[in-house]
Amino acid sequence: MRDQLNARAEIIAKIRHFFDKKHVLEVSTPLLSRATVTDPHLHSIAAQLPLLHKTMYLQTSPEFAMKQLLAAGSGDIYQVCKAFRDGEKGHLHNPEFTILEWYRVGFNYHELMDEMDELLQVILKCDVALRYTYADIFQRYLNFNPHMVSVADLQHHLVREKLPDISGMNYNDRDFLLQLLMTYCIEPKFDKHRPTFIYDYPASQAMLSKIRNDNPPVGERFEVYMGDIELANGFHELTDAVEQRRRFEQDKIQRKALGHPDVVMDEDFLAALEKGLPNCAGVALGIDRLVMLALKAICFF
Amino acid sequence: MSNYSTSDFKPGLKIMLDGDPYNIVSNEFVKPGKGQAFNRTRVRNLKTGRVVERTFKSGESVEAADVAELNAQYLYNDGSQWYFMNNDTYEQYSANATAVADTKQWLKEQDVCALTLWNGVILFVTPPNFVTLKVVETDPGLRGDTSGGGGKPATLETGAVVRVPLFIQTDELLKIDTRNGEYVSRAKE
Repeated sequence: MRDQLNARAEIIAKIRHFFDKKHVLEVSTPLLSRATVTDPHLHSIAAQLPLLHKTMYLQTSPEFAMKQLLAAGSGDIYQVCKAFRDGEKGHLHNPEFTILEWYRVGFNYHELMDEMDELLQVILKCDVALRYTYADIFQRYLNFNPHMVSVADLQHHLVREKLPDISGMNYNDRDFLLQLLMTYCIEPKFDKHRPTFIYDYPASQAMLSKIRNDNPPVGERFEVYMGDIELANGFHELTDAVEQRRRFEQDKIQRKALGHPDVVMDEDFLAALEKGLPNCAGVALGIDRLVMLALKAICFF
Repeated sequence: MSNYSTSDFKPGLKIMLDGDPYNIVSNEFVKPGKGQAFNRTRVRNLKTGRVVERTFKSGESVEAADVAELNAQYLYNDGSQWYFMNNDTYEQYSANATAVADTKQWLKEQDVCALTLWNGVILFVTPPNFVTLKVVETDPGLRGDTSGGGGKPATLETGAVVRVPLFIQTDELLKIDTRNGEYVSRAKE
């Protein structure tokens, strides 16, 4: 027990040292906020403050708050904090977990992937990461182009790979079908001994990343895996306030369709984007999973 | 009838699927590519013992199976039914040959077993982890051999045949692990 706590503390100390050396500033942003994410697949935990007659939300990540600091001119920042997500419970999920999130002003997402790679080599003592685009990895393991494939073809792939029929899920949703194939047919094949980075996601899975107008357009987003364990998700950050508001509105429509409670958009965050978020790249990494991989044991606290 | 949500899923929970009672063996929460979450679950059909994988949308609810577990003393069998009695309530239960197919060779009168009932009917019987049974037949052993290597078959009072060390003789009492059907040691009455 003591050994595990010690190892966890050492990893966090190494992370702080890593960023200190690079003059990335440690910050601490509020965990309770008046608004929260609109993402249809993220469920915030609402906190009641009866004496103040308020409902607030425990944050699912410190992203909005940190971007407000960036817009206010903070420069490069990082944070190690708790994040909260309702409904997520399993051997790799806990409703309360620890995030490392950092932003680099002027970086594109490739430069941020380089830095992530460097950090993982320090903490996990692993080799250099393998990098594939989303299109490459589908081509490599399933032999089709995920940006061009039709829903009907995806459904055929699902049948051929004997993927489960999950009642209540929308099997006409391209992104869901791609995600299922990724989970069942691609992730289990990732190298167990070094990280795999996947980047350039379909624009429909861009989340909060900039969309690059290639043909087809791609979201400048990356995911980091160690074996089949997802460790981090990063973006070349969207800075366009109008586009951000449009994505929030889309999320709210999707939430409604899925029967999830409506949420209030974070107007403070949108105001910060309107004021001007510098060109930057940011990423969030699950510390508990990182520690688990480093220690080969689970240690949430 | 009550329901369980996928968030209640854990090993040992009993649920109804396609009209049969199942026991959850393992449950994994999966969030594919930050999309809609689901639960990959391995479940055992309590009637057939077969384990299959089932996947549920997270948040979905599933009917609970009315499965009860209780301890009862094994009384006797009449060739078609095996009878048990709850020592607290004196209530009697009977199991058919299917329910004791895998375990009848370990059932010794008066031993307390665990019964798994579905809607009041015995699905299966779990004998104690260790039972003491008498040897009714085994080849005479070689005198002085205590190594335990090799071994020989011995038929026990319940009809079970287990591998025993060469020094074991007919009429001796043996301690047997019913989970793997292996000889553990000699036993006293």
